[in-house]
Amino acid sequence: MIQVRGLKKRLRSQQVLNGLDIDLPDGHTVVIIGQSGTGKSVFLKHLIGLMRPDAGSIHVDGERVDPLREREWAPVRRKFGMLFQGAALFDSMRVFENVAFPLRERGGLTVEQIRERVMHALSLVDLDGSEDKYPAELSGGMRKRVGLARAIVGEPKYLLYDEPTTGLDPVTADTINELILRLRDSLRVTSIAVTHDMASAFKIGDRIVMLYGGKNYFEGTIEETKATDDPIVRQFITGQAEGPLTAKNRR
Amino acid sequence: MIVSLAGETIKVAFTHRPRWRLFLGHLLNIGVRSQAIVGIAGGFTGMVFAVQTFYQFHKVRLDSATGAVVAVAMAMELGPVLAALMVAGRVGAAVTAELGTMKVTEQIDALRSLGVHPVDYLVVPRFLAMMIALPLLTAEAIWLGIMGGYVLTVHMMGAEPSYYMANMILYTRARDILHGLIKSFFFGFLLIFIACHKGMQTEAGSEGVGRSTNQAVVVSCIAVLISDFFLTLLLTKLLA
Ligand SMILES: Nc1ncnc2c1ncn2[C@@H]1O[C@H](COP(=O)(O)OP(=O)(O)OP(=O)(O)O)[C@@H](O)[C@H]1O
Ligand SMILES: [Mg+2]
Repeated sequence: MIQVRGLKKRLRSQQVLNGLDIDLPDGHTVVIIGQSGTGKSVFLKHLIGLMRPDAGSIHVDGERVDPLREREWAPVRRKFGMLFQGAALFDSMRVFENVAFPLRERGGLTVEQIRERVMHALSLVDLDGSEDKYPAELSGGMRKRVGLARAIVGEPKYLLYDEPTTGLDPVTADTINELILRLRDSLRVTSIAVTHDMASAFKIGDRIVMLYGGKNYFEGTIEETKATDDPIVRQFITGQAEGPLTAKNRR
Repeated sequence: MIVSLAGETIKVAFTHRPRWRLFLGHLLNIGVRSQAIVGIAGGFTGMVFAVQTFYQFHKVRLDSATGAVVAVAMAMELGPVLAALMVAGRVGAAVTAELGTMKVTEQIDALRSLGVHPVDYLVVPRFLAMMIALPLLTAEAIWLGIMGGYVLTVHMMGAEPSYYMANMILYTRARDILHGLIKSFFFGFLLIFIACHKGMQTEAGSEGVGRSTNQAVVVSCIAVLISDFFLTLLLTKLLA
């Protein structure tokens, strides 16, 4: 269970998060939507301490984590797997080493066990046979999937996905959606997924949260989201150029 | 802050188990692969310095003192400073560019997200490798400079070999060599922390990486030259 209260963060002169409250219950997948630049990635980074809030609190499994120092974060972070928006693969390492990295760092597994789990994770994201390539030799979508394999290989309790299906073809994207669902159902993983892909959001999400103006502007189940008559949410999920979201920007 | 980076690194270096594979990799890169440029710098400087000294000393019939001057200058000043400058250009720049790229492509954030402290993984092994490699490279530069000076003065300028050697040994004291090696130790410290700090502070994309790398090299070279002056004052007092 993750609880976020009153989260505020200013970056440069911009108030990116301005009092965000979100509950992320165990075993659920919460999808975060919102326009480009509203602070979705910034929010995910706060959950694992890569950025520190100016105000507000974050509790992970009842422990208050936001005041922790860098070294104290390490055990908390090991409960998490994170897929970065740009994959953030270690470019000096081969795919295999990238995916094996979290396992090796944690220790306690034999070389053989690591190999088995890495190959399994790679096959889950449809990348069997790419383990000896370097990140620079992969396509954008392949990199993303290696990032996903690295995030899930340690079987973390919480998974943070920053745009898991962006840049993938529709078929591969749906494979990833299925994988996210399967992780939730078989391992009871709690997921927070940031996405612009509404088909994916409705498929994988138990709840949808829309960030707007630095706050959780809207929150609801899939049905509630689809049925809402809030003009801002409607414009976003139907993807219209005309509406309150864009009218504000044009002024 | 660069001081807190140094403090954290030293603390971890003494309290955590070393990452041997990373350390050996950096030792290979910083130490073994820098030998050619450091050796060339040391050898040629020793030779050119010997030629200049010999010409001047020849006028006052002090030919055989050339060896002593070359050896002491190589050991105390030229060896450590040249090795440090060459390593700043070769290794310092590469370290800053690598860490800077990791920073702007979120690889450092990825490390942190996996519960690995960037200082432990990126800085400590490089620090240890530098502290071992630079004094050894300095010793190599000193040795090649002295050799170069000897070969040139004795075999090309016609200085008398046994007097050359005798004077050199008479006037070069162990503490002169110690002086040079203490300096190189200190320079290694400066170089690695400037390079790592600049790398990890990098912002703003590939332009930022270029800027950090540039700054790391300039700051390192200036820091070496200025600290060399103060170290010379200090060490000549302490080792007198
Ligand atoms: N390191 C940083 N320094 C300064 N400003 C930042 C930094 N990271 C993000 N920002 C700013 O914070 C705002 C939110 O960025 P964020 O990356 O969270 O957007 P996002 O909602 O993930 O957008 P997208 O959907 O395009 O990925 C942006 O306006 C961005 O300019
Ligand atoms: Mg983003």
